[in-house]
Amino acid sequence: MKTASKLFSPGGDKMKRGRLISFALVIAAYIIIEILLKTGNLSSLFKSLLVPVTCYVVASLGLNLNVGISGELNLGQAGFMSVGAFCGICVSGMLANTITVPVVRLMIAMFCGACLAAVFGFLIGIPVLKLQGDYLAIVTLAFGQIIKSIFMNTYIGFDADGLHYSFVESKFKLQPGGKMLLNGPMGATGTQKIANFTVGIVLILIALIIIYNLMISRSGRAIMAARDNRIAAESIGVPISKTKMLAFVVSAFLAGAAGALYGLNYATLVPNKFDFNTSILILVFVVLGGLGNMTGTIISTIVLLILPELLRSLQDYRMLIYAVVLILIMLVTNNEWLKSRVKGFTSGKAKGGA
Amino acid sequence: MQFLSYLINGLGLGSVYAIIALGYTMVYGIAKMLNFAHGDVIMIGAYIAFFALARFGFPFPVAVLLAMLVCTTLGVVIERLAYKPLRQATSLSVLITAIGVSYFLQNGAQILWSSSSKVFPSVISAGSIHLGSASVSYLTILTILTCIVVMICLTLFINKTKTGSAMRACSEDKGASMLMGINVNRIISITFAIGSGLAAIASVLLASTYPSVYPTMGSMPGIKAFTAAVFGGIGSIPGAFVGGLILGIIEIFAKAYISTQLSDAIVFAVLIIILLIKPTGLLGKKINVKV
Amino acid sequence: MKKIFKTSIAVAMTICMAAAMTACGGSGSASSSSGSAPAAQTSEASSAAGTIKIGGSGPLTGGAAVYGQAVKNAAEIAVEEVNAKGGMQFELKFEDDAHDPEKAVTAYGVLKDWGMQVSLATVTSSPGAAVAPSYAEDKIFAITPSGSSPSVVFADPDNKTGAYGNVFQMCFTDPNQGSASAQYIKDHAAIGTQVAIIYKNDDNYSKGIRDTFVATAAEIGLEVVSEGTFDDSNAQDFTVQLGQAKDAGADIVFLPIYYDPASLILTQANQMGYAPSFFGVDGMDGILTLEGFDTSLAEGVFLLTPFSADATDDLTANFVKAYKEKCGGETPNQFAADAYDCVYAILQACEAAGVTADMSSDEICAKMVEQFTTMTFSGLTGAEMTWSADGEVTKSPKAVVIQNGAYVSVLD
Repeated sequence: MKTASKLFSPGGDKMKRGRLISFALVIAAYIIIEILLKTGNLSSLFKSLLVPVTCYVVASLGLNLNVGISGELNLGQAGFMSVGAFCGICVSGMLANTITVPVVRLMIAMFCGACLAAVFGFLIGIPVLKLQGDYLAIVTLAFGQIIKSIFMNTYIGFDADGLHYSFVESKFKLQPGGKMLLNGPMGATGTQKIANFTVGIVLILIALIIIYNLMISRSGRAIMAARDNRIAAESIGVPISKTKMLAFVVSAFLAGAAGALYGLNYATLVPNKFDFNTSILILVFVVLGGLGNMTGTIISTIVLLILPELLRSLQDYRMLIYAVVLILIMLVTNNEWLKSRVKGFTSGKAKGGA
Repeated sequence: MQFLSYLINGLGLGSVYAIIALGYTMVYGIAKMLNFAHGDVIMIGAYIAFFALARFGFPFPVAVLLAMLVCTTLGVVIERLAYKPLRQATSLSVLITAIGVSYFLQNGAQILWSSSSKVFPSVISAGSIHLGSASVSYLTILTILTCIVVMICLTLFINKTKTGSAMRACSEDKGASMLMGINVNRIISITFAIGSGLAAIASVLLASTYPSVYPTMGSMPGIKAFTAAVFGGIGSIPGAFVGGLILGIIEIFAKAYISTQLSDAIVFAVLIIILLIKPTGLLGKKINVKV
Repeated sequence: MKKIFKTSIAVAMTICMAAAMTACGGSGSASSSSGSAPAAQTSEASSAAGTIKIGGSGPLTGGAAVYGQAVKNAAEIAVEEVNAKGGMQFELKFEDDAHDPEKAVTAYGVLKDWGMQVSLATVTSSPGAAVAPSYAEDKIFAITPSGSSPSVVFADPDNKTGAYGNVFQMCFTDPNQGSASAQYIKDHAAIGTQVAIIYKNDDNYSKGIRDTFVATAAEIGLEVVSEGTFDDSNAQDFTVQLGQAKDAGADIVFLPIYYDPASLILTQANQMGYAPSFFGVDGMDGILTLEGFDTSLAEGVFLLTPFSADATDDLTANFVKAYKEKCGGETPNQFAADAYDCVYAILQACEAAGVTADMSSDEICAKMVEQFTTMTFSGLTGAEMTWSADGEVTKSPKAVVIQNGAYVSVLD
């Protein structure tokens, strides 16, 4: 019991509460939704949102590790999702006849997607982490675009002769009866939908365990020290690039797993889906949820994904209203006057919270 | 030789990027924020110029002035309403607000002017001059010339006028400028005004070269120009100019000699290589952080 | 401090959302009807119980919004006309999917909650491919106005197997257009023999046509001398692609693309002083009515299209008039025409099969599939259309050439 509580909420008592809240929140949400599902009370709209929401939550948690904990602005998170997604789709497509239990296949696909994304994260991290500030941000943006371009020119398929791949469409030929896994800019079509909500929730819990344990570990403290004052941290012997790399790779790993889950939730997926706008979308979730605040990230992701759906009755105006809401939230949360009012209101509890 | 005409086309495209990049880089230099809504100000400018020319039949210079007027006002209004209250906030909050403004402008334009694209009237006579075997359209030449003129005027303004000095002072140290009696808020507003006015010029050139006006037309040139600004060293005015031109040339050459599909990837790959060699861009200043 | 504040706001919003969520879940279709399309309200005046609910989704916001808006407007016109006639009553709910498969699946959820009985599926292809399995699973009949890729009707589009069976197409399938165009150019050597192709390689529609065009050209001995591609992020500068076509000595440029980029290509070719013949497909329709476009540039452009807004028959003339009235003078394009035809094809099938509003979507689906595979339908986009059991339409493209700013049928 004691070890279990350590695993879910490492660190001192002060931090414990905030962390346990996030687990409790996720599990409570899961139970409520499962009950609604079982009793047939959940609308089709919300059913269709369940899996993508869990995917975005995991990707945002990963990005928050990067932006909030490690302090590096990453504008290419969607690129890692895309690596995970297409890797996951290919793995699942190839194993379709060998492993018939969907959940097992999903797990394998997600793990492969996550690992490949982590490898990409490592390779990209080498040049990226040499830079600082906005230059680092623009290089992650550039890598996001490059990954998208690569997938738009990748052709993978298999037929009786085995697996084929090419970067030039005209050289790519499959025997009749072959299956195209990745068709350049058309992406993947005819994917078997094997993703499910429970796996998504488990993935969120795993992501939280990884992040919380990382944050409290020696490396995690080094990451935060490097964020708060790079020079001071360096002078006391913190290996800056190593610690930042760790955060970057873990973030990519989580995005990859989320991407694989996402990719296997739709019959079709195009490389264009994971463009700059998607990276920005995830960044908005993170900033709104609060840098370094995992519970906030989960909540803001859910709210911002559901909000446009609830605004559907506004027809053409809904994205306009969404934009206004976004601006207003930023203005209100940064308003000194309002902040001081809230400060007075919650001053009693301020110290124990997240 | 096609080489020469590709080079000149690249310079033309690069000039447009350079003018847009100037807006990014000035705002960054002074307000220290990435104004992601800049691309959408270009879109608004293009619509204004389009209506002035096609619907109301105004002469070309009037249309350009009108577009500049509207964009300048828009830039200042956006700054006042959305960015000014966030002066003390983290740069990420400002970034998200800028994205919100960008969504707002795009969707607003779609509701106001519908999503179907409009064709920008060709005001510059569609002819070309021949340099050897290469042909260059008048429009490309005009674009390059405009870019050079803009660049010269801006450099003179920054270096010779009082406001220009104040802007330089703000970009060095806001606190110290304030102590010296410079109205920092006013300077930031002026910067937005100039940046948005340049966006209007860029919009007319962009829409004349690629005569299609639609609500999302600003996003891709916006991202590319942002890249160009970083390329040259963000905050540096000559840097934005050089960065824009190089980016345009690389893009056209990559399309012509390597692959049209991979041209974007190549542009970004070159950017990464440049930043690894010069971590603050081609002409950016190296900032030494003190403890 | 800030975090607590933000979290508290977020929590407050979540509670609101949760309330909204259960409200939606509990009351089912009743709560969502408040958000139905304007067209739907006109039908409420007649017997609300006796209306058949038609759903559909398409991009109403974002870069592809022009296509979704066209379909929505035309479908609304058709539904209003049908309802005005008395008899069978329709109710339309058209949702935004922003040309994103993810949003298309959520839009499908919204429509299902609303109680959709028949569907216009999606406007664009990749969202269509994403929702088609759901239509098959839930047994709701769907006919897409413009989702032209085989992936909309086949689970395995590479081998054209595993047809969903209840998802149909109103527009041409892409392969059909590609081979017809190649054959036409081969048969008419006067317009050109050396072909260059410029196509959009991240677009199902464009790439689909190009693939069969190239395959057919190889079969019948038509020479393709140059191929240029572009995608969403570089759909503005075509000087390189045109330069390559010119250098390769192409005297005809085949453009299996929509009219927006096509207008840019025509303008830039003119600026370069390059004047080959241009040959388009149905996506090119709309180029003459593009606001601000110098139509003299399109002089002599050939296109194969099932619909032209300049046709003088009553059906077309009435539709164009109604559309212009509704949309502030905009001229309908082929997306709009396909959508209009979809509603009337559904009407014809419903009437023939005796579908009534109290039937479940399952029953309607079975009856509709039976009708569509056996009936012939004549509409704006063609006469005597028929559908295969796979859901693909058969209709013949018409060749027109642009002369003096208008379409002129090419007789042959």
